[in-house]
Amino acid sequence: MDSAGLLLDGLAAAATPENLMYAALGVLLGTFVGVLPGIGPAMAVALLLPATYALEPTQAFIMFAGIYYGGMYGGSTTSILLNTPGESASVMTAIEGNKMAKSGRAAQALATAAIGSFVAGTIGTLLVVFFAPPLADVAVGIGAPSYFAIMVLALVMTAAVLGASVVRGLAALFTGLTIGLVGLDLNTGQPRLSFGSTHLADRLNIVVVAVGIFALGEALWVAAHLRRTPLQIIPVGRPWMGRDDLRRSWGPWLRGTALGFPFGAIPAGGAEIPTFLSYVTERKLAKGREFGEGAIEGVAGPEAANNASAAGMFVPLLALGIPVTATASVMLAALTNYGIQPGPQLLDEQSDLVWTLLASLLIGNTLLLVLNLPLAPLWARLLRIPRPQLYAGILFFACLGAYATNQDPFDIGLLLAFGLLGLAMRRFGLPVLPLILGVILGPLMEGELREALTISGGDLSGLVDEPLAVVVYGLIALLLVVPRLVRRRVVDEPAARDEELVS
Amino acid sequence: MTDRTDAARTEETAPEPPRRDLAQLGLAAALAVVGLVTVYDASQLGVGFADPVGPRVFPYVVGGGLVVVAVLLAVITLRGDVPEGEGGEDVDLTQGADWVTVAKLVAVLLVTIATVDLLGWAVTGGILFAGACWALGSQTLIRDVIVGVVLAVASWYGFFVGLGIPLTPGILDGIL
Repeated sequence: MDSAGLLLDGLAAAATPENLMYAALGVLLGTFVGVLPGIGPAMAVALLLPATYALEPTQAFIMFAGIYYGGMYGGSTTSILLNTPGESASVMTAIEGNKMAKSGRAAQALATAAIGSFVAGTIGTLLVVFFAPPLADVAVGIGAPSYFAIMVLALVMTAAVLGASVVRGLAALFTGLTIGLVGLDLNTGQPRLSFGSTHLADRLNIVVVAVGIFALGEALWVAAHLRRTPLQIIPVGRPWMGRDDLRRSWGPWLRGTALGFPFGAIPAGGAEIPTFLSYVTERKLAKGREFGEGAIEGVAGPEAANNASAAGMFVPLLALGIPVTATASVMLAALTNYGIQPGPQLLDEQSDLVWTLLASLLIGNTLLLVLNLPLAPLWARLLRIPRPQLYAGILFFACLGAYATNQDPFDIGLLLAFGLLGLAMRRFGLPVLPLILGVILGPLMEGELREALTISGGDLSGLVDEPLAVVVYGLIALLLVVPRLVRRRVVDEPAARDEELVS
Repeated sequence: MTDRTDAARTEETAPEPPRRDLAQLGLAAALAVVGLVTVYDASQLGVGFADPVGPRVFPYVVGGGLVVVAVLLAVITLRGDVPEGEGGEDVDLTQGADWVTVAKLVAVLLVTIATVDLLGWAVTGGILFAGACWALGSQTLIRDVIVGVVLAVASWYGFFVGLGIPLTPGILDGIL
């Protein structure tokens, strides 16, 4: 059956009243948690994972889809109304969005963000439907050496090419790989880095690692630097946009989608680069009109790019089983929790589940628009929660999530240990993404490495005996050289903009 | 990149000796130790037959990589490379770090770990919330305790009724 037919089946499976309820619940929870300051989509998904434990996989994934898009949308609300984006993907939205809000156009900024997210998310999900299955068909044929090379590519991209500091990126990556080593060796059954502890030999619960690094680490870091002066929050009514706003928004939405989707599908650090490119494109096309004073194009474009890249990440996740963003890593951990082995076979073996998930992404996206346009003023009030109670609440739910899985205080101890690691990373400017990808990809990489070398009898040439692997290693070499030139331009651009603003 | 612009600005206003973040040397040392432990731990593993790679190779690479990165980090630190702390909605990097608050929060979490089996989630969760509020400087302790108890008991029932997972009842066994 072709993809469209399978998607329609998925929609039929997802659209039962009960499943729609889970989708709506997911959207509401996701937006709720995503709007809270200091919480990005990855943390929202990790914190809310325990809420899906008792559900069937299908229902859990329907709820997940809602949580995911809800969390993304919540992040944009925060950056427009507070001008202090919690994550790199919202930086570009905040520039014009907050200026719009300050000049009394918060309603239009929120509306263009919400509708743009809907447009980009829907187009992006449909693109996943048409790209993932052919890619999976190709991927079934590739062997361990190529898989290993692709994972090396993902890690090199996130650790050494994209970050501000190569040494810090690598430090985070190797720390993550070390964390991934803990537990029984899959081939020989010997415990590694377990120091005689059965808890550690059992392998670390990835959700505890993620919640510790994201949620507890963030809470501890905020505690060390809590802003004592209250932020200025802009009051907002129900989002709406006029004919003129719509005329100015649709172009940026589509261009943002076109930029965001491919960047989401490759390991390029998520939405950072496409949102930046989208902002620059719109600023050039608008010929400076209003830019810097709250131009709606500057909100519409980056928001669409952000959501399209969020959809794009499902292509490598579903077709290859390789996560390229922090959120995708957490999703992969959730899949594994249900005993589902991600990889190219997933689309065949768990076909129903995958198509229902894709269909729920479309449904969740629609529900997001329907629910959140009227609810926006309510969400904005969440920004006023007093900070001690807010971060105490995050701590409470982080511990609850860690504890509920096994009902073992040891897991809260692990949570604390990873929270302190997360704190240290924020203090020393280590990026989180290479670490979390290292934790997830490390064990997978080792598996492919050992398989590749077993076939070749231990000869290192076994790593390059597939053409694809050679091509990927060539690409890695290229990536290590070219971005040095590109980054210089990317760094100069914002500097130039700052100067423009000053003058 | 902000490092660079900051440095440029300070040069313009007042020439200062290059800043160094010596605490970063501690991080480098910690990474090196973890790397060495990883390598040592791997060297204690037995290698099965019919497995030309074995369980040792990957940890050797990872641990070795960690040691190399630690050395690089120490070098750039001594050359005056200063990390850029992560910003955020509620983060004010213009003031010094308040490690007392962090220590209080860690203490609250340690209490949680120590008491959760004995007292049960419904009690310990309440202590956790109220204690964290107190650590973060809340002035409304009575309200925090009430909110904490409501959250803890509600989440206990939420997990029990909604998800079918009975969290540890602890001393409230039979009451909940």
